[in-house]
Amino acid sequence: MNEVRTQGRLANTFARLRQQPGATGLVTFITAGDPDLERTAGILRALGRAGADVIEVGVPFSDPLADGPVIQRATERALASGTTLSGVLDLVGDLRAELPPPIVLFSYVNPILRLGSEAFADRCRRAGVDGVLVLDLPIEEAGEFRTLLASRGIDTILLLSPTTTDDRLRRAAALGSGFLYAISRLGVTGARETIADGAQEMVRRIRAVSPLPIALGFGISKPEHVREVGTWADAAVVGSALVSVIAEAGASSGLDARVEEYVRWLKS
Amino acid sequence: MFGRRDPDARGYFGAYGGRFVPETLVAPIEELEAGYLAARADPAFRDELDRLLRHYAGRPTPLYEATRLSAHTGRRVFLKREDLTHTGAHKINNALGQALLARRMGKRRVVAETGAGQHGVATATACALLGLECHVYMGAEDMRRQALNVVRMQLLGAEVRRVDSGSCTLKDAINEAMRDWVTNVTETYYLLGSALGPHPYPLMVREFQAVIGREARAQIVEQSGRLPEVVLACVGGGSNAIGVFDAFIDDPGVRLVGVEAGGERIAPGRHAARFAGGATGVLHGTRTYVLQDAAGNIELTHSISAGLDYAAIGPEHAWLRDLGRTEYAHVSDAEALEGFQTLARLEGILPALESAHAVAYLPQLARSLPAGAHVLVNLSGRGDKDVQTVMEALR
Repeated sequence: MNEVRTQGRLANTFARLRQQPGATGLVTFITAGDPDLERTAGILRALGRAGADVIEVGVPFSDPLADGPVIQRATERALASGTTLSGVLDLVGDLRAELPPPIVLFSYVNPILRLGSEAFADRCRRAGVDGVLVLDLPIEEAGEFRTLLASRGIDTILLLSPTTTDDRLRRAAALGSGFLYAISRLGVTGARETIADGAQEMVRRIRAVSPLPIALGFGISKPEHVREVGTWADAAVVGSALVSVIAEAGASSGLDARVEEYVRWLKS
Repeated sequence: MFGRRDPDARGYFGAYGGRFVPETLVAPIEELEAGYLAARADPAFRDELDRLLRHYAGRPTPLYEATRLSAHTGRRVFLKREDLTHTGAHKINNALGQALLARRMGKRRVVAETGAGQHGVATATACALLGLECHVYMGAEDMRRQALNVVRMQLLGAEVRRVDSGSCTLKDAINEAMRDWVTNVTETYYLLGSALGPHPYPLMVREFQAVIGREARAQIVEQSGRLPEVVLACVGGGSNAIGVFDAFIDDPGVRLVGVEAGGERIAPGRHAARFAGGATGVLHGTRTYVLQDAAGNIELTHSISAGLDYAAIGPEHAWLRDLGRTEYAHVSDAEALEGFQTLARLEGILPALESAHAVAYLPQLARSLPAGAHVLVNLSGRGDKDVQTVMEALR
């Protein structure tokens, strides 16, 4: 509980963002292996060029029960191309040196358990992973896992929801590091037309108990969403909307350029 | 020896169980746990459930000594007739209990998953009875092989939602039901049908199904003058098995045997015998034995019976097996079909294909038992729903 919070790339990135008046961080999520790991490499480089502040790399899992249809389909394509957690870790390791933004691995718990939590933590460190978010590992189950990551200088990113009670917010604030990921609405992942009504209130509740940076996600797809979120949170997360762009451009030679263009537009 | 067997405060039976769910579901599940524990301790809730089980669902169900099957097997076989409950399977015990709990918690909207359709029918029935809105998620493949149950649910006023993702079976229906729950969590009650999922479901479902074992233990002692050597049940998620085992856990002389679906053969994707090909992992919120590949993705499963066609087993089964209190076997699709026909011809009972797995294991089991041994088989459901499947398989 009392060890020093990791002070890696994530902390530096958010510290830099807080020093730039009016800047909103952009956290971009992609499903690794969609359409395949080779093209994921190109996509990750494009995200780096476009100025994504944090890159979330989704590990495909056969039963993504917290995800909506867009990420479900991306997951199916990624699994069909033979993508595994181990392959994703190798890819991140290969690209780490040429990618400036911090990288957060986004996974369901079973692939990690299958690899072994400790082996997973070791491989994250070797690959240069900066943070890990496990969707179905609530704080009650996350203690030991967090220790394994923290001892290797890797942040455990915790997710907070509109149903999270104040008591749990405080516990998450004490356990989390890097940043806190607030989801703005109930339900599964997916792009929406507008930001959820309760999002600002959600961020206010978290601010009241934690100095950690806050990234707000679920439903964000446009530059105006990003700007709006930036008025109260440190960063906006764009997931399904970006995954849709990749799905549409997936087979074309213009994939990387399309991704780069979309992310630059989000930041405009 | 085992006592009350509530899981620990974090929902663990030994190394199994727990609560591996997205953050949005944590607070609602805590509310469910508190609601359930309060209901369990409330005599008025228990009385209401007892009244429904007795006068509506037709409990107690008979224990029937199957004399021709006994002669065929060479051991005395007693059938616990859950197939005779209203809606035709043990699923109604749990559906009534949880639907009463939903109403007590002020939830007007119920979602459920179903594999064979028996849990879906039981839930639709309980919701009709209690005036609750009901949505049942069902895999496209299961809708095809259990078409009769789809119509039954619709006639009972439930909306059946077709699931086209993944293997289009029970696992995918649970994914979709959980997505619905996470989206509509404030007004929705998730009525899970087996002793699976995040705590408190494995505990709660076991307790609602424990009525099977309570009745059966008293009945077999009354009819045969003693406890049986073996209690036998099929195991998908494991609710009928844990329900009948429960009353015998502290009877060390009684072997508790679960029969899993061996499918076509024990090879990836061709069966659903978790203890034959699985490893510990997490699926649908609980840590247990799971059929999975080397990368931790859940394997497809196969069984001729939709109700056993699932990649994980209830966590309490995994724990009891570790402790050596329960044991598990598996029989193939072909053997289950043979069990189905044996029971039909010798006793005039069409069992559900799920329950036929338990019947099918009898000859093999009998060889390990002394002459004069007694076996209690939980006949978890009736086979009307499977007639089409059996016809196609025998053709």
